[in-house]
Amino acid sequence: MSQEQAVDTAGMSYLESAPRKLVTVYLPLAIFLFVLLFPFYWMGITSFKPNNELLSREGNPFWVIEPTLAHVKKLLFDTSYPEWMWNTMLVSVVSTFASLTAAVLAAYAIERLRFKGARHVGLAIFLAYLVPPSILFIPLASVVFQLGLFDTRWALILTYPTFLIPFCTWLLMGYFRSIPYELEECALIDGATRWQILTRIILPLAVPGLISAGIFAFTLSWNEFIYALTFVSSSEIKTIPVGVVTELVEGDVYHWGSLMAGALLGSLPVAFVYSFFVEYYVSGMTGSVKE
Amino acid sequence: MLDKLQNNRNALGLVFMLPAAVLLLLFLTYPLGLGVWLGFTDTKVGRPGQWVGLENYAFLLEDQVTRLALFNTLFYTTIASVLKFFLGLWLALLLNRNLRFKTFFRAVILLPYIVPTALSAIAFWWIFDSQFSIISWALTKMGLINAYIDFLGEPWNARWSVIAANVWRGVPFVAITLLAGLQTISPSYYEASAIDGATPWQQFRHVTLPLLTPIIAVVMTFSVLFTFTDFQLIYVITRGGPLNATHLMATLSFQRAISGGALGEGAAISIAMVPFLLAAIMVSYFGLQRRAWQQGGGDK
Repeated sequence: MSQEQAVDTAGMSYLESAPRKLVTVYLPLAIFLFVLLFPFYWMGITSFKPNNELLSREGNPFWVIEPTLAHVKKLLFDTSYPEWMWNTMLVSVVSTFASLTAAVLAAYAIERLRFKGARHVGLAIFLAYLVPPSILFIPLASVVFQLGLFDTRWALILTYPTFLIPFCTWLLMGYFRSIPYELEECALIDGATRWQILTRIILPLAVPGLISAGIFAFTLSWNEFIYALTFVSSSEIKTIPVGVVTELVEGDVYHWGSLMAGALLGSLPVAFVYSFFVEYYVSGMTGSVKE
Repeated sequence: MLDKLQNNRNALGLVFMLPAAVLLLLFLTYPLGLGVWLGFTDTKVGRPGQWVGLENYAFLLEDQVTRLALFNTLFYTTIASVLKFFLGLWLALLLNRNLRFKTFFRAVILLPYIVPTALSAIAFWWIFDSQFSIISWALTKMGLINAYIDFLGEPWNARWSVIAANVWRGVPFVAITLLAGLQTISPSYYEASAIDGATPWQQFRHVTLPLLTPIIAVVMTFSVLFTFTDFQLIYVITRGGPLNATHLMATLSFQRAISGGALGEGAAISIAMVPFLLAAIMVSYFGLQRRAWQQGGGDK
């Protein structure tokens, strides 16, 4: 995607009149934005509503009259929420770094060392990327159990790379491909080893790719649900998505306030990281679907 | 010895592949094979199974709940993917105009895709609540309905509700990736066709769409794969209810294998999804090949 092509693709839209553009562009866009963002607003407003306002059909539900921090307080002090937060953070960071390391080595080997059979390995990595966790979790649960990892953080740290490594490797292969071969040849002539080439030439040039892959991998592990639901059962080692879904729902009484506060707080860290690295995230996402 | 390793591409390649290969073989390839094997056994939690051949599959073929789950999965995947495609394409075309704050719009639109699905699903659960649903409240105030809608208590309502949640989550992905595709189309095509008197619809039909087809095929393949194997939304919003009306293959396999302990049967349900996934991949792969060939590309 070259830069010149990306600018002003709208071409001749200046021919359009302002009122027409308002109806055909801004109005639909406003509706899209409203629908896409409303659930977040709703999460936020519900987290600060006292129970009597939550369970009343009178008044204006879109606003809160007496905001309260009771739900957040309950979440932070009466539940294991802080522990879930810590677990999610720990598992996401460790599995992201482990996967990134393995992926850098693998991508370099496939793309640049071109060992015998590298093409087939590259294809296998792509196919691994297409294996959905929901067809893998049952046998994987039995593997985790056999290895004695059931109900430990290791179960998650070691299984998340099954979807992170294929994704990161695939993305990094694309980045490494864009680095000119000549750089590497010069270094080889000057007597650099492959390891030196990787750490001193390729990696510094691939920093944007590393950030893209890292951000994407972090959000993927933060959002992971089915493995965390299946492989962990003790409350103190659950992750946020699983903890909120399984522990905050007690019988038929739904504590909507603290449920929404839990959902909101659990979404904030990824939204925060994302807001700093939007461009990297988008290029990671679009890169992941490119051949 | 170390020097020799440094210069042998095959040996060094093997060393570099080692960490990824060990993890993937142990936690991906082996479980995949194990899953196929489990599907042919009557394994229960805590009890090794006996080989029973196709018994699980024969049972599931006759099982009303499994048949319903298959229907639900196909219905859910078809409707949600079609909606995601049209809405996503529309949103991408809107974002491709020269707008103010375009970068901001693009960043905000992706939010539903990046926050944990299990957590946004809880928000939808609350939005679809039978007594306090904000949608029902708004519709009542507008005078469109008299009684609150039972979104998740009635089979067809529940099906459409979970589809709505899935579309909400998936549209940003489709829109942003298609937008990236749109931005690679050179404006000169539009200028040339406009000079030849093409209408906006003709431009879309004969310039945008053909050039966008490859990326549409890839994006929609991914979208179909993820929708077909969806688990979180259903597990959180309905747990497959009411009356199994929203059970998908993935949630049913979880219920049978993990909650019910019938690992063999659950594995068989998972494995039964594979042919459908392969079919989706094949359709898109061969579709793209045929297109490349039509456009003068050689046989690969």
